[in-house]
Amino acid sequence: MANRRLAPAAEQPASFAFSPENADWAKGQIEKYPEGRQASAVIPLLWKAQEQNGGWLPQKAIEAVADELGMPHIRVLEVATFYTMFALEPVGRFWIQLCGTVPCDSCGARELKDYLHHRLGAPGHVSADGNFSWLEVECLGACCNAPMAQINQDYYEDLTPDLLGKLMDDLAAGRPVKIGSQVGRTSSEPLGGADTLADTSLFDGSRVGAWRKRFEEKEAEGDSEQGKAEAASSEQRAAAEPKPARPDAGRAVETPATDAPAQRTAVGESPIKASDKVDAADGTKSTTAPASPTAPAPVTIAKSEAAGAEAGTQSSLPRNEPPPQPVASGISADVDDAQPVDTKDSASKTLTAKPSTSRSSIPRKGN
Amino acid sequence: MTKIVVDGTEVDVPAEYTLLQACEAAGAEIPRFCFHERLSIAGNCRMCLVELKGAPKPVASCAYAVKDCRPGPNGEPPEVLTRSGQTKKAREGVMEFLLINHPLDCPICDQGGHCDLQDQAMAYGVDSTRYGENKRAVEEKYIGPLVRTAMNRCIHCTRCVRFLAEVAGVPDLGAIGRGEDMEITSYLESAMGSELQGNVADLCPVGALVHKPQSYEVRPWELSKTESVDVMDAVGCAIRVDARGREVMQIEPRVHEGINEEWISDKTRHAVDGLRTQRLDRPYLRENGRLRPASWGEAFTAIAARVKSADPTRIGAVVGDLAGVEEIYALKALMTSLGVTSLDCRQAGEAIDPAWGRVAYTLGTGIAGIEEADAILLIGTNPRLEASLLNVRIRKRWRMGPLAVGLIGEPVDLTYPHTYLGAGPETLADLASGQHSFAEALKAASRPLIIVGTGPLARPDGAAIFAAAATLARDLGAVTPDWSGFGVLQTAAARVGALDLGFVPGAGGLDFAGIANGANLDVVYNLGADEVAVGPGAFVIYQGTHGDLGATRADVVLPGAAYTEKSATYVNLEGRVQTTNRAGFPPGDAREDWAILRALSDVLGKRLPFDSLAALRRALYAEHPHFAALDAIAPSDAVATVETLSGLGGEPTRTAFVSAVPDFYLSNAIARASRVLAECSSLARVRGLEAAE
Repeated sequence: MANRRLAPAAEQPASFAFSPENADWAKGQIEKYPEGRQASAVIPLLWKAQEQNGGWLPQKAIEAVADELGMPHIRVLEVATFYTMFALEPVGRFWIQLCGTVPCDSCGARELKDYLHHRLGAPGHVSADGNFSWLEVECLGACCNAPMAQINQDYYEDLTPDLLGKLMDDLAAGRPVKIGSQVGRTSSEPLGGADTLADTSLFDGSRVGAWRKRFEEKEAEGDSEQGKAEAASSEQRAAAEPKPARPDAGRAVETPATDAPAQRTAVGESPIKASDKVDAADGTKSTTAPASPTAPAPVTIAKSEAAGAEAGTQSSLPRNEPPPQPVASGISADVDDAQPVDTKDSASKTLTAKPSTSRSSIPRKGN
Repeated sequence: MTKIVVDGTEVDVPAEYTLLQACEAAGAEIPRFCFHERLSIAGNCRMCLVELKGAPKPVASCAYAVKDCRPGPNGEPPEVLTRSGQTKKAREGVMEFLLINHPLDCPICDQGGHCDLQDQAMAYGVDSTRYGENKRAVEEKYIGPLVRTAMNRCIHCTRCVRFLAEVAGVPDLGAIGRGEDMEITSYLESAMGSELQGNVADLCPVGALVHKPQSYEVRPWELSKTESVDVMDAVGCAIRVDARGREVMQIEPRVHEGINEEWISDKTRHAVDGLRTQRLDRPYLRENGRLRPASWGEAFTAIAARVKSADPTRIGAVVGDLAGVEEIYALKALMTSLGVTSLDCRQAGEAIDPAWGRVAYTLGTGIAGIEEADAILLIGTNPRLEASLLNVRIRKRWRMGPLAVGLIGEPVDLTYPHTYLGAGPETLADLASGQHSFAEALKAASRPLIIVGTGPLARPDGAAIFAAAATLARDLGAVTPDWSGFGVLQTAAARVGALDLGFVPGAGGLDFAGIANGANLDVVYNLGADEVAVGPGAFVIYQGTHGDLGATRADVVLPGAAYTEKSATYVNLEGRVQTTNRAGFPPGDAREDWAILRALSDVLGKRLPFDSLAALRRALYAEHPHFAALDAIAPSDAVATVETLSGLGGEPTRTAFVSAVPDFYLSNAIARASRVLAECSSLARVRGLEAAE
């Protein structure tokens, strides 16, 4: 696309005014828009002016449209120079706008361009007989029938240099021409004819609805032996590698700190009597927590954290506080209610190796 | 208020803020080309890209609102990264695209040294190009005598287009073509028709639009910059005077939200060359009908001989449009000590008496106050030419919301829609009696504003027109203790200060016309009055800067200092006291004006009681305390003033109103000496003739 300028002064008409019927038409266009938005009608009006002026827009027409719509002249010039559909210089009786965008280009627009170059010379010039001028433009939206060209108001599609040449001859001679596809297809039907729906495979379920069939087959497989075996193995895998089931799974889960009789009842165990608790207590050891954690404790925490990380979980232990004491029975280390339920196995393994801390504990039944 | 995290800093900003504003609130600097605070948002340069967490691509921060940002997954405030790798890479990409077609002509570019593209390329540019193709070449465009174009450099930010369409209200520029072929131009390369067109060169972030008169003359780093105040009209725009050595090279706007925001008119900017030509650089004495160069001593002796022999009642003094408060004060003190009462500063003969109150000669609402008005009536004034920046403010108010503007006077293009009511006083009478439809709009307004030009006041029936306008204001309730919707639009920078000093005829004194008649007096002291020539008869002492009308008629010429060459106080049309600063020295033997008067007073045997500018100001401030409050507007009782004015009475004639400024570009001696403004003036005249056809 080259710089678009108004035509030289010598080619400009001295004045421009809409013909009475076009003026009426313009008024109708302007009335479509609410008060204060008349400028919206600028493109229809420019188009009508171009049509009235033999296919191109002179300076006076731009000014007339601007005055009609109450716009500054420069605003209308901006619109007129933006769109290639507005020709700013005189055009031939037939103005060919050849699409050169990618789909047309890959279907042979380049040969058409060469042909036009050969026949009419450089774009933007009117041929000696005044019949033709041409311009390469961007996509005109008829890619399905590429390559194509717009000649005056109409689209001519599926062109080849020969077809375009013949078309131009016919136009120049005033013979009737066919608008649209030049190879006989109707609108954008397939090139071989309207046979898309003639394919029987569309209706036997082999193509249309194939997905449903596939799903039904899958479902049937689920009942088979192979499906059952697969389901069983996935259950095993889930047991071996527990994954978080709920959003909060894997995080530090609140577990009841107390060993209330009601809790034991709920899981079908007999409550422990208070006198038994007293008997079980080791009178030689203090029941209060030590002031600072004992040396092995952080190791344990770190290990359990690592274990949690392996299991894809996160530790929510606060870093700026002394880590909580690992809960240890003092007798048997195979129970640990303070650990996340789902990491129990790995956590209890680490706990096994650790020496018992001097924390008073209640003998608990292992699981 | 909405919370947003910018580079880890959480800030609380209004929801309607753009990301760019939010980032600036958080202290992050965002590069930009197309964005400008006082213009609409275009979003087409893409330089302000930032990374917005959660957005798939970098977003243009100038066009993305804080309220459109989505919160984080857990309701965290949205997060913007302005220094991230993605942001930097995106901006580098934009810069690379901008530089594909930008010529490498910084060494010969006038923008070099104060170029946004140059500065930002330092941060985001890459050192070499990846493009082997030729750069695009664009023809230069003629868009007027004040702005030179170098369109190869244009980066299509469209600031110039938006400024003219939005602020100036003269949509003369546009962008034609599209894509790579887009070009900024005026319609068919006609000259821009705005009196603010110089600002487009200031706005241009690159060197595509530069000031034509200063082309290839200055580099920003060789200038000494002095903050000062403009005197080309009574608005008193904040300016920066850039001088190289003794010579003022250019005048640029300074930001003052109360007055000019950040624009100045072309007259303010391009009167610079008028400061160099036609200057009076030594005293002159008229001998045998011809002025000959003389020494200060000779000139003073000649003056003393005439003044001492003259009767005080046959001596007069007038003050022109560009005099500072200090010299007017000194002149008044000298004349009072001589017993002279024929003093006047109202060069056009305006019917204004400072005794009526300050509202009778200032604009009570102030310029920023216009934004609060909801109906404006302009009487006999064309603010576009008389006070361009005030007109910009009215236009800004109109853009903010519905505003009824009525105009009585010359039918002119004010750049915003207005109702043309009529030409003369009879329309004012119609309006007062409620016969005119615009009276309804004024009555419905809660804060109507009536602005009277000095053109109607300078007529023989000026007082009667003033009274009629004031009566209308009073009846409309335009003036209340908290809204003084009545004011006068002064056009001369010196006028409000002189009226504040009471430089008007004393008991038995002649007024300006009487003094300028010449035949009534023996001696006339003319302090820079260049619009009216003193008639034959009197011995005229002219003290001023330029060889204009006043010096031509003078018998003794005393060379003074222009506003860029002295520290002087000026009071603008709102009544705001401001001072200029000295950017250079006056040429040749010329001196600061107060010092000339002080030296003359010694020769006349009436030594003025101050030996320095500081001492003068001490005396001035003691007598008139409001001059000490710089950049402040002294309050005055508008209600009482309007009451006094409406009681003036009188019957206006039926002559149509005429604006006080017939030619915007040639309204004072400095502007008339400017070649650039002369060209603008002739262009404007041609445009006016074309428009009249």
